[in-house]
Amino acid sequence: MDLGSTPDRPAGWRRRAAAAVALALPLLGGCRGVQSALDAAGSDARTLERLSWVLFGGGTAIFLLVTMLLLYALFAPPERRHWLGTRRTIVVGGLVFPIVTLTAILTYGLVLLRVTNAAGGGAPLRIEVVGEQYWWRVHYPADGDAPAFTTANEIQVPLGRPVEVAVTSTDVIHSFWIPNFAGKIDMIPGRVNALRFDVDRAGIYRGQCAEFCGDQHALMAFDVVALEPAAFAAWRSAQARPAAAPGVPLLEQGRLLFARGGCGNCHAVRGTEFSGQLGPDLTHVGSRRSIGAGMFPNNAGTLAGWIADTQHLKGGARMPSYGSLSGEELRAIAGYLESLK
Amino acid sequence: MKASPTSENIDYPNAVPRPPGELEELKRIWASPKGFAIVTDVNNTNVGLWYVGTALLFFILAGILALIMRTQLALPESNLVGHDFYNQLFTMHGTVMMFLFAVPAVEAASVYLLPNMQAARDLPFPRLSAYAFWAYFIGGLVFFGSLFWGVAPNTGWYMYPPLTSYQYSPGDNADWWLLGIGFIEISAIAGAIEIIVGVMKTRAVGMSLDRLPVYSWAMLVFAIMIVVGFPAIILGTVLLELERAFHWPFFIAEKGGDPLLWQHLFWFFGHPEVYIIFLPATGMVSMIVPTVARTPLVGYRLVVLALIATGFLSFGLWVHHMFTTGLPKISLSFFSAASTAVAVPSGIQVFAWIATIAAGRVKLTTPALFIIGFLFIFTAGGLTGVMVAVAPFDWQAHDTYFIVAHLHYVLIGGMVFPLFAAFYYWAPVASKCRLSERVGRWVFGLMFAGVNVTFFPMHVTGLIGMPRRVYTYPQGLGWDALNLVSTAGAFMIAAGVGLFLFDLARNFRMASEDNAGNVWGAGTLEWLPNGDYATRSIPTVTSRDPLWDRPGLSDEVEAGRWYLPGAPTGGREALVTSPIDGRPQYVLQIPGPGWAHVLAAVFTAAFFLLLTVKLVMPSVVCAVIAFACVIWWLWETDPGPTRPPVDIGGGIVLPVYVTGPMNHSWWAMIVLMVVSGMTFACLLFSYFFLWLVNPGAWPPPGTTLPSPLWPLLAGALYLAGSGLVAYASGRLRGEDRRRPPRAVPACLGLAVALILAASTADIMAQLRSGLSPEAHAYGAAVYAIASLQAFFVATVAVMGLYTIARWWAGKLDSVRRSTFDNTMLFWHYATAQGLTGLIVSYGFPRALGAG
Repeated sequence: MDLGSTPDRPAGWRRRAAAAVALALPLLGGCRGVQSALDAAGSDARTLERLSWVLFGGGTAIFLLVTMLLLYALFAPPERRHWLGTRRTIVVGGLVFPIVTLTAILTYGLVLLRVTNAAGGGAPLRIEVVGEQYWWRVHYPADGDAPAFTTANEIQVPLGRPVEVAVTSTDVIHSFWIPNFAGKIDMIPGRVNALRFDVDRAGIYRGQCAEFCGDQHALMAFDVVALEPAAFAAWRSAQARPAAAPGVPLLEQGRLLFARGGCGNCHAVRGTEFSGQLGPDLTHVGSRRSIGAGMFPNNAGTLAGWIADTQHLKGGARMPSYGSLSGEELRAIAGYLESLK
Repeated sequence: MKASPTSENIDYPNAVPRPPGELEELKRIWASPKGFAIVTDVNNTNVGLWYVGTALLFFILAGILALIMRTQLALPESNLVGHDFYNQLFTMHGTVMMFLFAVPAVEAASVYLLPNMQAARDLPFPRLSAYAFWAYFIGGLVFFGSLFWGVAPNTGWYMYPPLTSYQYSPGDNADWWLLGIGFIEISAIAGAIEIIVGVMKTRAVGMSLDRLPVYSWAMLVFAIMIVVGFPAIILGTVLLELERAFHWPFFIAEKGGDPLLWQHLFWFFGHPEVYIIFLPATGMVSMIVPTVARTPLVGYRLVVLALIATGFLSFGLWVHHMFTTGLPKISLSFFSAASTAVAVPSGIQVFAWIATIAAGRVKLTTPALFIIGFLFIFTAGGLTGVMVAVAPFDWQAHDTYFIVAHLHYVLIGGMVFPLFAAFYYWAPVASKCRLSERVGRWVFGLMFAGVNVTFFPMHVTGLIGMPRRVYTYPQGLGWDALNLVSTAGAFMIAAGVGLFLFDLARNFRMASEDNAGNVWGAGTLEWLPNGDYATRSIPTVTSRDPLWDRPGLSDEVEAGRWYLPGAPTGGREALVTSPIDGRPQYVLQIPGPGWAHVLAAVFTAAFFLLLTVKLVMPSVVCAVIAFACVIWWLWETDPGPTRPPVDIGGGIVLPVYVTGPMNHSWWAMIVLMVVSGMTFACLLFSYFFLWLVNPGAWPPPGTTLPSPLWPLLAGALYLAGSGLVAYASGRLRGEDRRRPPRAVPACLGLAVALILAASTADIMAQLRSGLSPEAHAYGAAVYAIASLQAFFVATVAVMGLYTIARWWAGKLDSVRRSTFDNTMLFWHYATAQGLTGLIVSYGFPRALGAG
């Protein structure tokens, strides 16, 4: 909302407008954010944001009209308000007026329904996301020359190209929502739903599960990064590569502990013997922005804490706590994971 | 408010002074039991108040849960309550508010108000409403208690599978919801049957449909909506419990089920539920507004039409709760249109109230303030409702705090504020003193400000990304300050409610004869002088505001000048009137206090609750006792023409017993058949829905269909059974009253055997074909149809045996035959349902080319 810049107007108006803007700015500023439907970063989201403002504007106007009529009916002198106290008021105010305004709103809404979440704008980039209690399995199928790969809890998208996210779930119902990009779409076992959008503003955003999915529904988020196409291609090819072998003894030690702890039974690290499919793919876990499905910033410290204390930090998650590991061992494993850039 | 000039030269039906002892007799007959036996009371004035009080208790309890949640959410990353407790809190808050507060509160208020407003002595089935109350009271308290053991439901009040199925919710939590709430829904249906028959059949003389108070209209629409809508959730509850307990896969995708089936069933009930709560409140508003504005309601007919239209439309928009489930855009468009359309009848009502306010002169009393607050808040909530009806907007708003804001604006605005207006407005009918106007203003101010401070910011919180049902949220997403403000507002609401309780404790004293009286100068019949017997005599009404149009009416009624000033049958009685024009039809002898219905309620509750905690044997014992109590209770009904017709005054002599469509229990049976039919229709919907999600695999490959001889045999047995009952009916009609023919019990007994054989043949055929209910949704659906039918067959068999027992005891003859007629109606219904089930289960897969 670019309300700050106003063209020249008479001074009194400008003073009032400035005051209004000064009052409104913190509020509107507050609407900006990495997880806000009122801070659109793509054309669909912008359409929905415009729709929101139209609906707020219209709703506010109707609300003021009704309340003013009510106050008039209450407090105007009886002879002045007399005209309001008839059946005509009901017919005009309760029948004709709503039918006209609702028809207008509905028509507008139905037009937008057609144009949003719709095909068009060239071959989309396809991403497959599976909701699981309480994290996101993310798969990028092969796209032209670019090979397929799997990651978790993070989605990166290129600017300017339509994106199609196909979603489903393997356990309970979740809902996929990146408010800055588009509306939400439910992830339902046995069904595959699709969401199409495009992104035109680079940046870091956040998505979150919007359908209650059990114990840790509140802590089921993910990072979203929108990149220039070249940067996206670079990220994509890096993600598709197998994990690098640890070059330092401490990291090698971490890899051994990872193996000994049975971590590979649930987690895959491509290019190694670890091929578990139950939990998130960790091939490039060190490159991700956060851990625990958007819970903590990603660094060796938080990784170690997570491994030692998963059930305390996120009780009900499928991963057990490995509290029996020593501090040194935790540092080694965390270091190994951190090195998987 | 104009006095009728002709009020003096009317012929009153009864002469004054009344014979000595008549009033004393009336008082004695209607007196409530003393001491502990008060729990056996059935008088609507007492039961209604207990009922309202219990609903208020649950409002407070659920409100406390909300305060704990708001305290947890006041700050980001707070650790006050853990995820497990929080998930129980929000589930219980929603469930308790919807099922234990909102629906019971409006039913409770009508148990108290409806008979008074229609100048009826009581509701037509006083023991049924007392039963509904006790079942709700006991079941509700135990259900709430599950929170203290940490086993309360924790998967949301909407209970979406697969999260609620055995795989992801193995504990008892979900069963508490399914059995506890399923049971309370049955109590709600019992109340609805009572209300429908009450509105249609027990009114003041001359109270034709166009003179019916708007509140009665609202309750009629409300009750019909319960009858149509609640079966969907009951059926859904049964299917989910079958899946949990016996692994019948209705909602499991890998086995041919579909989680969306639950959502359709739930919201087909769940959306009308919102209007089920809202319409009675608007009925109250339409009663209060004319009084505070001191002028009749403007647009009575339009308001009534709006009520009916809301009821209709509300069943056509459930899918707007499913806009993000990936349905085709064409269905989104349809339900988007239907959802916006429902705003029109609400608009009509709002403008009718504004017009009435403009036509009159409002004094800003506490009820008036709550009405004005209601108009503000409800209008705002209605407008955000239109917003979320626009599907693309809902894709963003759905399941965020925007929806939390919207639903609290409509429910608090649309239901709680009118209810508080009603508390202040009608307290003088039920209490010796009115509530305090001074305190009331503070209650209103705190609640009004509190609601806006709590919920207005949530519109923003939601759109800037905060989802619902999260026990915590990270710092720095811009949600912190808004949440803190919302929490502060929640405590303002709590302060308002607390002050209200203080006012109640200080001023509310239950009263009937010595109530505070018509302090507002209202025009409707609930303000007539009152006693345990309701009004002394039952007036003729000639307008919608009888007390305004006939200022002397109160005195005339009190003096006993109008109809039925005494108790000519020597027991409690109600005047039954014709449904359209309110003509007196007969004097219904209604039962007084008793233990049977109380014990039946206690043991029904015990059955469900023990079943929840898997104490199967004790629960079966309780079921048997409850069943015995119901039989004991019923045994005393259907008294027959115990005495000759009685004179109610004005030369009107009415029978004390009728049968057929004039009889009140005939109406109740028809309503019960609608409930049953809706339940069965929802099951058929489920069957065909599951067929659609399994294209080409219905039945799944490898299924052997039973031979078509089986359904033909079962169908013939059903028809033969119904035919025998119809034959028995003819024999009963033609006979001498004193010697009812032996053919009647013989035919009934044979018919019982035939219908049991029919249902058995149906189930045996499927079992013999090797169909498993656990392997695939197809088998689950087929056995669900057969099982529901078996339940109805068992019920009909019991009714048949009961009817035979009545004959045995000499309580069934050619005149005294209501029991027989009702059994016969239900019998034919069960036959029709059985035949339909056979056609679907056996015929449909063959029609698809299987077999």
